[in-house]
Amino acid sequence: MTFTGLFAQLLAIVLALALAPLLTGWVNQWRAWLQNRRAPSLLQPYRVLHKLFNKESVVAETASPLFRVAPYVMFGSMALACGIAPTLSTDLSLAPAADAIALVGLFALARVFISLAAMDIGTSFGTLGARREMLVGFLAEPALLMVLFSASLITQSTSLAKIVETLAHQPFAIYPSLAVAGVAFTMVSLAENARVPVDNPATHLELTMIHEALILEYSGRHLALVEWAASLKLFAYSCIGLALFVPWGIAEAGTPLTILFAIPVLVAKLAIGGVLLALIETINAKMRLFRVPEFLATAFLLAVIALLVHVLLGA
Amino acid sequence: MLLLDWILIVIAGWLALGLAGIAALRNTAFVARTLFPAGAALGLALAGFALAAMFDTPQTAILALGLPDLPFHLRLDGLSAFFLFVIGATGVGISVFAAGYFRQGEGTPPGLLCLEYHLFLASMAMVVLADDAYAFMVMWETMALSSFFLVTTNHRVPAIRAAGFLYLLIAHVGAIAILLCFGVLQANTGDYTFANMRAQSLPPLWASVAFLLATLGFGAKAGILPLHVWLPEAHPAAPSPVSALMSGVMLKTAIYGLLRVGFDLLGAQQWWWGVALLAVGLATALYGVVFSAVQTDMKRLLAYSSIENIGLLFVGLGLGVLFNAYGMTALSALALTAALYHVIGHAFFKSLLFLATGSVLHSTGERSLGKLGGLMRRMPWVAWLSLVGVLASSGLPPFSGFVSEWLLLQSFLFTTDLPDSFLNMLVPVLAAGIALIAALAGYTMVKFFGVIFLGQPREPKLAEAHPASPLERAGLVWLSAGCVLLGLFPVPVIGIIDRVTQLLVGGGIGATVRANGWLLLAPSSLERASYNPLAFLVVVGLAVLLAAVLVRRFYHGRLRRAPAWDCGYPAQTARMQDTAEGFGQPIRQIFEPVFRMRRELPAPFDARPVYRVTIEDHFWHWLYLPLARLTERIARVVGRLQRGRIAIYLLYSFVTLIVLLLVAKS
Repeated sequence: MTFTGLFAQLLAIVLALALAPLLTGWVNQWRAWLQNRRAPSLLQPYRVLHKLFNKESVVAETASPLFRVAPYVMFGSMALACGIAPTLSTDLSLAPAADAIALVGLFALARVFISLAAMDIGTSFGTLGARREMLVGFLAEPALLMVLFSASLITQSTSLAKIVETLAHQPFAIYPSLAVAGVAFTMVSLAENARVPVDNPATHLELTMIHEALILEYSGRHLALVEWAASLKLFAYSCIGLALFVPWGIAEAGTPLTILFAIPVLVAKLAIGGVLLALIETINAKMRLFRVPEFLATAFLLAVIALLVHVLLGA
Repeated sequence: MLLLDWILIVIAGWLALGLAGIAALRNTAFVARTLFPAGAALGLALAGFALAAMFDTPQTAILALGLPDLPFHLRLDGLSAFFLFVIGATGVGISVFAAGYFRQGEGTPPGLLCLEYHLFLASMAMVVLADDAYAFMVMWETMALSSFFLVTTNHRVPAIRAAGFLYLLIAHVGAIAILLCFGVLQANTGDYTFANMRAQSLPPLWASVAFLLATLGFGAKAGILPLHVWLPEAHPAAPSPVSALMSGVMLKTAIYGLLRVGFDLLGAQQWWWGVALLAVGLATALYGVVFSAVQTDMKRLLAYSSIENIGLLFVGLGLGVLFNAYGMTALSALALTAALYHVIGHAFFKSLLFLATGSVLHSTGERSLGKLGGLMRRMPWVAWLSLVGVLASSGLPPFSGFVSEWLLLQSFLFTTDLPDSFLNMLVPVLAAGIALIAALAGYTMVKFFGVIFLGQPREPKLAEAHPASPLERAGLVWLSAGCVLLGLFPVPVIGIIDRVTQLLVGGGIGATVRANGWLLLAPSSLERASYNPLAFLVVVGLAVLLAAVLVRRFYHGRLRRAPAWDCGYPAQTARMQDTAEGFGQPIRQIFEPVFRMRRELPAPFDARPVYRVTIEDHFWHWLYLPLARLTERIARVVGRLQRGRIAIYLLYSFVTLIVLLLVAKS
């Protein structure tokens, strides 16, 4: 464990915690602009978090301790996910602790906890949300794993840091398998982050909601943690996508200075990614729920095809 | 004294406990409070001796039991020691739980139950010690019979007798296949010791025949497709400690048999054996998990989940054979390590979950998921401990299920090194299948835990549910501690499994893994892949703690209890929660062709609308019912011989005699 590794690691986690709400605010702003609305301030998510932390938590009478533990577990898992996704540097102290498969497991852990918490109160919406979330999850999770496997087969490693390092070192070349995997990854990210066309983060319309139904009973500091964790998840997914498909600019085992140079590059990449996300959300309509498995099965098959393409073409 | 002698003393101790049970036939207090805890202590001793034996040289013994000139050959080597450890360590938790569980009124008197239970344990231990076909078959049959009687504990219920019959039937179909397999393996030498079978080199055709017979025979016990139908019938029928023992431990003796015959005796030579195991395993796992997701009976759900896990084990063994056949010893060892890790992991978490259903059943009298709910508040111990089992079973880090899943996926990533391009193509498909199965297992387990323990009680009587007894809790604590430790410290465990893979394929990953310290798991090289569960847990834990402390420090900890919000709908009842059917509905819809489903939907004008859905296994209608009809037809034809009159039977004897005389003369 080197000093720069530890520095980069801490910086990555702190940066993720600080910037994740900003990314959410940025996407919301662009979404509003693209839809001809007046946009909320870029800092709105921070204000919401501050407000929620200040409010008292109202917990249902039927809630068990699991309900109160789940937001913390979700928050902790997402913080670790942001820690192991190579955002700034590939020299991370935590990189050997968890590889790509563990990352997928980490997302699954958070999903299982939040679904269980939703079932805990015993309301109709809670169980409905849990069921839908698990439905999205059981198709999205293997698809994500297959996307990461395509990259692993190219780089002969499942360590995320190693994957990104290898990919960043290649001369510019478009891998057919990674191109297909990229499409699959985009689809999975939309589903996993509760975005249009799978879910709509801006609605409480009971027939369509997934993520909002899960967290319906949360309030106060618990809701703040869940919301923060959700932005961390979006941040982590964006970083993984950027690291896999546009890895250039990430610092390698170097001095702290190169890591500091990597920050503006990351911010710029995230800004462009955020605009693209807002664009996708604007030009697509939300799907009926029964179409969601089809959408995700397509993503899953694309990811498998990406693996097959790699095996067939060796690239 | 040799370790083998000590182990035999433990086994004899189990038998003595069983006999003591007969002496105290109806004395429930004595049987439960003295004999079962003593059995648990013996299990602990067995686990200890087995662990010591892993690091010792193989030992043999000859017991002068059975027929004259045909004594029992016993042998204790790494493979049998590993499975003895699984039997002992899991048996401790189950026996402690059983001490608090068995009461009056289970049908069979407690003393007899005690005999059957300890006979079952002893026969399983002897199966893995047997070193000749005769001893193996005797013990295998003892195991099948003792577990049959345990399954039919409540023998007054006709459905339970039917389940027991089905189990016995399939167990015997399997036993015949195993017997034939041994017949092929001895290669006309007439010597049925395993040492002789190991020395024979069969021609490839006969080796394949023996391997397929072994797969069929042990597969019937393990519950692979299409011989899985007994599991979902027998597990719910048996008392919970018995289900735990059968699912957690007995299924593993079948895996032991396959390892012994396929690897040790036959040397896992041909690559297509591996492909066959992979195909069967994947189909079984997928089938098991999809069915598990739509079950409405908590023990049937777990039984199907066991089928899924057996499928995953077969996949691991298949990969092991595949790599071994191409001479890639280290990779074969990696795949086998994944499988063996799953053997012990599954033994712990599935026993834990079955025992938890036992506590719920005793406390509420309900097995149907649709009538449970909200038990976390009534039975917090059982709920939190089964949460550990649920997380391990879903393959989530940092629990035990994730380690074996991780190792299995890692070994899949190496299949691109195989020299056959057709096999390379299989990788993505199979790996995708495994990933899908793992994710579906998570779905199933959320359903299992959420419907039983969370939400509001679906029946008024659940308000009177009582917490589990201290002994039951102790058993559950032991097993969940196993799940946690296996999840957090994989390196020492793999160091032990290394002894087994050395024996089976002549290679292991123990040395590679140990090179990186005892916390970091890196099965091939640090560059390639690594996983550190303790660091994982510590970082998540620290983040959780830091978040909690900071929130308290900078804000306030005010909390108010109020009725649930639920979008403001005022009239909420427990009936509005998802039932087990509701939670499984998406799976039912997506995998519709897999089920044989009948649905009765209410018409809009029904005064009393009824919705009914029945889900059945296709295999009943494709395989078993036609077979049963065929058997009946043959029986009818044969039945014509039976006229029920002495004169006609005498005529048969006379004709037979004449024919025999003619044959003898010519």
